[in-house]
Amino acid sequence: MSGAPETFTFTPENAEAAKSVIAKYPDGWHESAVMPLLDLAQRQHDGWLPRAAMDAVAEILSMPPIRVYEVATFYTMYNLQPVGKHHVQVCTNLPCWLRGSEDVVGACRKTLGIDIGMTTENGMFTLSEAECLGACANAPMMQIGDDYYEDLDADSTTKVLKLLKSGGKPKTGSQTGRHTSEPAGGLTSLKNLGKDEGEAK
Amino acid sequence: MPKLTINGMEIEVEPGLTVLQACELAGIEIPRFCYHERLSVAGNCRMCLVHMERAPKPVASCAMPVGEGMVIETDTPEVRKMRKGVMEFLLINHPLDCPICDQGGECDLQDQAMGYGTDRGRYLENKRAVKDKNLGPLIKTIMTRCIHCTRCIRFATEVAGVQELGATGRGENMEVGTYVEKALTSELSGNMIDLCPVGALTSKPYAFTARPWELKKTESIDVLDAVGCNIRVDTRGAEVMRILPRINEDVNEEWISDKTRFACDGLGRQRLDQPYVRRDGKLEPATWDEAFAAIADKVKASAPKKIAAIAGDMACAESMMALKDLMTGLGTPHIDCRQDGTKLDASSRSGYLFNSTIAGIGGADALLLIGTNPRIEAPVLNARIRKRSIRGGFQVAAVGGVEEGADLTYDYEHLGADTGVLHSLSEGKHPFAKVLKKTDKAMLVIGQGALTGPDGGKVLGLARAIAESCGMVNKGAWNGFNVLHTAAARVGGLDLGFLPGRDGYDVEGMLSAAESGKLDMVYLLGADEIDMSRLGSAFVVYQGHHGDAGAHRADVVLPGAAYTEKNSTFVNTEGRVQRTHLAAFPPGEAREDWTIVRALSDVLGHTLAYNDLSEVRGRLVEANPIFLSLDEATPAAWGDFGEQGRLGGGTVGSTAIDNFYMTDPISRASATMARCTETRSGGQQDKTGTDG
Amino acid sequence: MLKDQDRIFTNIYGLEDTGLKAAKKRGDWSRTKTLMNKGREKIIAEVKESELRGRGGAGFSAGMKWSFMPKEVTDRPHYLVVNADEGEPGTCKDREILRNEPHKLIEGALLASFAMNANAAYCYVRGEFFRETEALQRAVDEAYEAGLIGEDACGSGYKFDFYIHRGMGAYICGEESALIESLEGKKGQPRMKPPFPANCGLYGCPTTVNNVESIAVTPAILRRGASWFAGIGKPNNTGPKLFNISGHVNNPCTVEEELGIPLKELIDKHAGGVIGGWENLGAIIPGGSSVPMLPPEICETVTMDFDALSAVKSGLGTGAVIVMDKNTDLIRAICRLSRFYKHESCGQCTPCREGTGWMWRMMERMASGDAKVEEIDLLEDVTRQVEGHTICALGDAAAWPIQGLIRHFRPLLEQRIADRQAGKSTEAA
Repeated sequence: MSGAPETFTFTPENAEAAKSVIAKYPDGWHESAVMPLLDLAQRQHDGWLPRAAMDAVAEILSMPPIRVYEVATFYTMYNLQPVGKHHVQVCTNLPCWLRGSEDVVGACRKTLGIDIGMTTENGMFTLSEAECLGACANAPMMQIGDDYYEDLDADSTTKVLKLLKSGGKPKTGSQTGRHTSEPAGGLTSLKNLGKDEGEAK
Repeated sequence: MPKLTINGMEIEVEPGLTVLQACELAGIEIPRFCYHERLSVAGNCRMCLVHMERAPKPVASCAMPVGEGMVIETDTPEVRKMRKGVMEFLLINHPLDCPICDQGGECDLQDQAMGYGTDRGRYLENKRAVKDKNLGPLIKTIMTRCIHCTRCIRFATEVAGVQELGATGRGENMEVGTYVEKALTSELSGNMIDLCPVGALTSKPYAFTARPWELKKTESIDVLDAVGCNIRVDTRGAEVMRILPRINEDVNEEWISDKTRFACDGLGRQRLDQPYVRRDGKLEPATWDEAFAAIADKVKASAPKKIAAIAGDMACAESMMALKDLMTGLGTPHIDCRQDGTKLDASSRSGYLFNSTIAGIGGADALLLIGTNPRIEAPVLNARIRKRSIRGGFQVAAVGGVEEGADLTYDYEHLGADTGVLHSLSEGKHPFAKVLKKTDKAMLVIGQGALTGPDGGKVLGLARAIAESCGMVNKGAWNGFNVLHTAAARVGGLDLGFLPGRDGYDVEGMLSAAESGKLDMVYLLGADEIDMSRLGSAFVVYQGHHGDAGAHRADVVLPGAAYTEKNSTFVNTEGRVQRTHLAAFPPGEAREDWTIVRALSDVLGHTLAYNDLSEVRGRLVEANPIFLSLDEATPAAWGDFGEQGRLGGGTVGSTAIDNFYMTDPISRASATMARCTETRSGGQQDKTGTDG
Repeated sequence: MLKDQDRIFTNIYGLEDTGLKAAKKRGDWSRTKTLMNKGREKIIAEVKESELRGRGGAGFSAGMKWSFMPKEVTDRPHYLVVNADEGEPGTCKDREILRNEPHKLIEGALLASFAMNANAAYCYVRGEFFRETEALQRAVDEAYEAGLIGEDACGSGYKFDFYIHRGMGAYICGEESALIESLEGKKGQPRMKPPFPANCGLYGCPTTVNNVESIAVTPAILRRGASWFAGIGKPNNTGPKLFNISGHVNNPCTVEEELGIPLKELIDKHAGGVIGGWENLGAIIPGGSSVPMLPPEICETVTMDFDALSAVKSGLGTGAVIVMDKNTDLIRAICRLSRFYKHESCGQCTPCREGTGWMWRMMERMASGDAKVEEIDLLEDVTRQVEGHTICALGDAAAWPIQGLIRHFRPLLEQRIADRQAGKSTEAA
C-alpha cells in the first residue's frame, strides 16, 4: 500500500474524544466503540484507514486485530486506500438514476478529469460511485465529504466542483433552491397550520 | 421432555436440543456444511433447512431449538428442492477441480452433491477466483474452493483460542483469512483441515501425495505427548502418509495437536534400520548376532551392579517390562524411567496421575497451575481447560511454568514463580487459596518443570499439601490433584515399576556414577533426552528407532520400532491404558522392541519367560493389574507421596518444553516440525540437518 | 387527504426552527411527565389500540412488539434501539425527522423506553447522515440541558439516556439483528432467530428495535389518544405516514399522508403528477426498492396501505414511491437494484451471498438482451431459490423486484432478447 504508515497514534484531542466515545457503552462492551474509533482514526489520517490505525484501535479496545479488520473491511465508509481531499460520491442508485445521475457522473468525470474509482493527480479529488444515500426526494445527489449536494444536474454539479477546486465553499443541500424535500411547486400540505397544534384538549 | 413429530414419527427428546439433533436421534440424516457438534451454531450454509409446521419460512434445523408439538418434515419435494437450490448456489462459484483436489474422496461437498447436485450447471457467468492465503507451513489454502461455512474461524476462535482467523470483506467478496499474512500461532491448527468440509484448507505436507482410498487405516494412539490422543494412522505400504484424530470423548474429543498430526514425516527420516556396533570409535553396521555378542561381552565383563538402564519418553510398557525383567535378572537395581529427573515415585498411584481426568476438567470450578504450560505440553488438554474457562465461573492461576503474560488461550492470574507462593497457598494465606477453598471442585495441575531438580520432591509434597488444605481431594469421587506428564511412556513406566530398586541409582545417580567411572554399561531404551556427555566412558547400548542423541553416543545400536510400527501399550497422564497398533512394519532389520530385549535375554543367558505378546502382557498384569483395564482411567486412591519440608527459596521451574514442535526423536527428525519451528521463531532458528 | 391538524410532523421540511424552544411551541415535550404517569401498561395498551404498524418496512404492530419485552427488569437491563439506518433506495423520510423533528424522536424514545423499562436508547444513524447526526446531537444536548432526559427525565424520577451511534455504510444494518451486531462492534451480519431481541438482543439483554418514524409518532398517539390515530386511514392500516415520492414526477417530495390514500392521488396531489401525465406512467415501485413493481393498471386504483399493496403482491415497505415513466428501461432499472443487493449482501449465508451475484449478472444480460428466452424462467427460479431461504430478509428483498419485473413485464424481457438476436440496438433511451 502506498504511503501506509508503520505506526499510528491518536492525537491528544482524539485520544480524549475516543475516551468519551467508549464511555457511551456499558462496561465490558468497549468493542461497541470500534466503529466510531475507526472513523475518528480515518478522519485524523486524511480520510483513509491504514492498517496501523486499525491495529491502534484494536489495542485501545483490547480487541483481537482480526476482529477490527473484519469491521474495517465490511463497512463501505472506511477507505482502505488513500483518498483525495474531497471524496466525491455520486449516488447512481435507481431514484437518482431516474433523475439523471448519469449526467452528474458525466459532469464529475469531465470537470475532474478522472474516472470512477480514481483520484486526481494533485490528490484533491477522488470520484466514487455510491449506493443510495437516502435523499431520494432530492435526486440526483452526491456526497462530498460530510455534505450532501442535491437536486443536481450537469451544470450545478460542475459549479459545485469548480468552486471546491478553487478553494470555495459551495452551498450544501438542494442546488435548485428548495429548502429540503418539500414539493418544488409549492407546499401541498402544512399550508394552513394555525397556532393550534392540533393538541387534544 | 418435548415431544415432536418428524416425518410422521413421534419422538421425545431432551429439551435444549436442536431440530437437527432430534432428527439424528430419529435416524434421519440432515445434510449440513457449517454445522459442527463442537462449534457454535452459525446457521449460514442453509443446507439443513427443513419444513416446520406453522413457520412462515423453512427453518435452519441446526439453529432451531426443539419445542413441544413441533411438526417437522425433512423429506418433502419442497425440502429436497430447497437443498438442491442451496447446493447449486454452493457449487456455482466452486471450482470443478475435484480431480486435482486433495479433499477428493472425503469431501462433504462432493458427497452431498451426489445426493443433491445435478448433472449439469445452469450457471453461465464467470466463476469467482479468490487469492490463496499463506497460513504457515501446515495448512495449504485454495480459497477459491471455500464455501464460507466459517468452521475454521469458529474453531480458531472458540476451541483453539487464537483470534487470528476471520472473514473480511462482505457479500460475494467475503474472504476467510488472517487479513495480514501470517502463520496461525496455534498448536491445534491442523484440526481446521479436518473441519473444512471442502478442499479449501488441506494439509500442506500431505499435498498431492495420496488418495484416501489407497490408504490403509489403522487405529492407534499418539505418543508424542502424554495425553494419549486417539489417532488413525494412514499408510501406503511402509510409509505413514498422514495421521488423523479419532473421536474419544474422554481424551481428545476429536482434536489432535499439530505435532501429533504433522510430525509423521519424521518417521521416515533418520531411522535406525539395522544394528550398529562401534568399532575403532566409529559406528559400523552389524548383524543382530554381532550386536548382541558385543553386548554379551560387555555384560560378562561387568559386575551386575555396574549396569544401568534408562527408559525413554516413548518406550512402550511391553519393552520396559522386558527390560526391567532382564535387568533384574542380571542383578542390577539401577533402572529408571524418569529421564528428565522428576521426583515422582510410585508410592501412591494418585501421586503421579492426572486424577481429575481430562474430561473431568469440564466439571472443575477453579484451577491452579504449578510449573506447567499446558498449551505446549499438552495442547489438546489445554483446549479442555479453555473450553471450561469460556463457560465462565472458573478462575485460573499459575505459579511458575510460564512467563508472566504468556498466552494460554484463557484468562489466568500469574502468581509469580517464587516458591514462597506455594507455601503461602498450602498454609491458606494466599488469596487464591481462598478461591480454591470456596469452590466445590478445585483442581491443580503440576507440570514436570516443577518436579525436576533437587527440590522436586518437596514441591510435589507441597502440591499435595495444597490439594489437601484447599479441599481438592477426599471429597467424594473428586480428586483435584493432577500431574501433567509430557512423556507418553512415563505413567506406564511408573505403573510397572521401572524405577531404581534397593540402593539403585536414579537417572541423576546413574549419570554421576557414569561420570566418575562407577558404571560400566548403560542401556538406553529410547532415552535421548539425557545429557549424553555425562555418560563418561560407560559402554552405551541404545535401543530405539531414530538416529538421535542416544544413538550417536552408543557403542551398540539396536534398531527398534516406532509407535506406528508395533502393537504396544501406553498409559496416558490420566492413567488410561491404551494400545497402539501396527500400521506399518519397522524398516529394514528393526524389530518390535520387547522382542529385541527378549532375544538379547537369550544371548545373555537370562531368558525371559515370555514368548509372545500376550505373554508379555500377562507379565504386565502380574506387575500391575491396572494393565487389565484397557481404555479406562481407573481412579487411584489418595495416599502419601512427595517429600516434607520447607523449600529454601528459589523459584518454581518453568515448563519442561522449550520448543513444542521438537520434543522427541521423531519430531526432531521431521522436516515439517523444523519448518514450524522456523516459522514460529520468526525464521531466526538455526537451520537443522532436517531442513530442505 | 389528511388535514393539516392531523399531521404529526408539522416541521418536516424544517421551514421553522428545529431547536427545543420552537419544538415545544409545536407541542413537543408538552406534558410528557403526565404521559409517563399513565404507567407502562397503559402506554403499551394505547399504542396497541392505535394499531400503529412499524414504519420501517415490515409493518409489525408496534404495541405488540413492545409487549414482548419482559415485564420486569431482572438481572439484565432493557434497551430501546432506534433504527435510523435509513438506506432502502427511494426512502428518505427518517432523514427529515432526524434533522427537522429530532425532538419528536427523542421524546418518543423516552416514552417508549419508559414503557419497556429501558433506561437507555441507542439511536443507530447511518454514517452518511453526518449533518443529520449533528442536528440530532444538538437536540439531544438541548434535551439533556433542559432536564427532559437524563438522571430525572422530565422530572419523572426516571433515568433515561439517549446515545447516538453512527453506522459506517452497510444497508444490511437496517435489519434489526444486524444492527445490534453492528452496535456491538461487529460486522453487520444478521443473527439467527430465535432468540429474538426482546429476549436476547443488544449485549444479550432484552431489546426492542424500532424505526425512527414509529418512535417519533408515539408522543402524538399518547397525547391525542389511540382512537384519534386509529381513526385515520383504514382499519388495520391506521394513522398518518410519511411518504417519499421520487423518480419521474414533477415535484418529488416527502409528505405526510394518511395510510390508504390512493397511490394516484398521492402522486397527483403532492408530487405534481407523473412527468408527461399519468398516461406516461411506466411502472411504480410503491414501497422502496425491495417491493415488487406495479404496472400502471394496478397503480391506477391501488391504495397506499399494507394490506392493499400486499393483496396486489407488492408491499407498502417504507412508503417510498419510485415512479418510472414509459421511457424508462425497466429492465435496466431493476438490474440497478440487483446490483445494489449484490453490493449490500453481507455474505453470511449461501443463498444470498451466491444468489445476489448470480441474479445481478443475469439481470445485466437481460438488460442487454444477451440471454436466451428460457433464461427468464431460470432467473425466476433462482429468485425462488433465494427467497425464504436466507437468514434475513435481504434475500427476499433481492428476489422480489425481479419477480415483479417478470410478473408484469415479461414481454419486455422477451422483446429485448429478440431485438438483440435480431441485431438491433438494445438499450432503451
